[in-house]
Amino acid sequence: MPTVRLEFSPAPAHVRTARLVAVAVARRAGVAEEVLDEVRLAVGEACSRAVALHQLYQLSELVEVEMADGARFTVRVSDRGPAETRPETGSVPDPVELVADSDTSFPAPSVAVGMGLALLTGLVDDLQVVPRRDGAGTSVRMSWPTA
Amino acid sequence: MELSLQTGTVADRTILRVTGEIDVYTAPKLRQRLVQLVEDGARHLVVDLSGVEFLDSTGLGVLVGGLKRMRALSGSFALVCDQERILKIFRITGLDRIFTIVPTEQAALAVEPDPGGSEDRPDGGHAVPPVTDR
Repeated sequence: MPTVRLEFSPAPAHVRTARLVAVAVARRAGVAEEVLDEVRLAVGEACSRAVALHQLYQLSELVEVEMADGARFTVRVSDRGPAETRPETGSVPDPVELVADSDTSFPAPSVAVGMGLALLTGLVDDLQVVPRRDGAGTSVRMSWPTA
Repeated sequence: MELSLQTGTVADRTILRVTGEIDVYTAPKLRQRLVQLVEDGARHLVVDLSGVEFLDSTGLGVLVGGLKRMRALSGSFALVCDQERILKIFRITGLDRIFTIVPTEQAALAVEPDPGGSEDRPDGGHAVPPVTDR
């Protein structure tokens, strides 16, 4: 069972709230201080990705964040995006290539999603992007050691 | 903390000091300001991230956009950052290879030569490399 469960409408303004909650719960769960920045950034990226997918497909369903403590602090961020948008963990885009390939001055949302995924992959050792257990959508699952 | 933006000018450089959090919510404000600065004629931009507490991939995307726009205009774009937790984000994504990142504004003014020429600038300073004809 999750220790803390949070749901928010897919709006960028709420991503910061999710980050703040995640860091507070992680600290309480015993995640080391020096790892909290990583938790903050990773949860933010996972939530931004979910918000971007919901906006892309005009989905009004809530983004779900579940946090559980135990031997490891685990966070699961779940969206309702269509299955075909599921990123393959083996094909993480290279941000430098994304930059070179984009021809607009300010990168399109798809580039931002790719860059977010590259950042997540580089940041979190234990990261999985899996289909949701309860219907359409994907879950980004991450965990960190606790003291 | 909300995003706060402050603009200043040193010689032909436009300095944008960013304070607060650059994320999916605040990045559009930064993008808007960068676009405005370019429209107002800025060609040599220094974006000072010293006061930035948080930067995510959306923020990176906006900075990349700024860099690309300045390159397209034969201008320059430098970042000021000496915070390890922010620098780490550039390293992880490999973007440290495409950005000029220096620890202080002074260093930014020194590493970016002015390709537009500046005959009326006092000549004695060694912080700015000498300008060749163009």
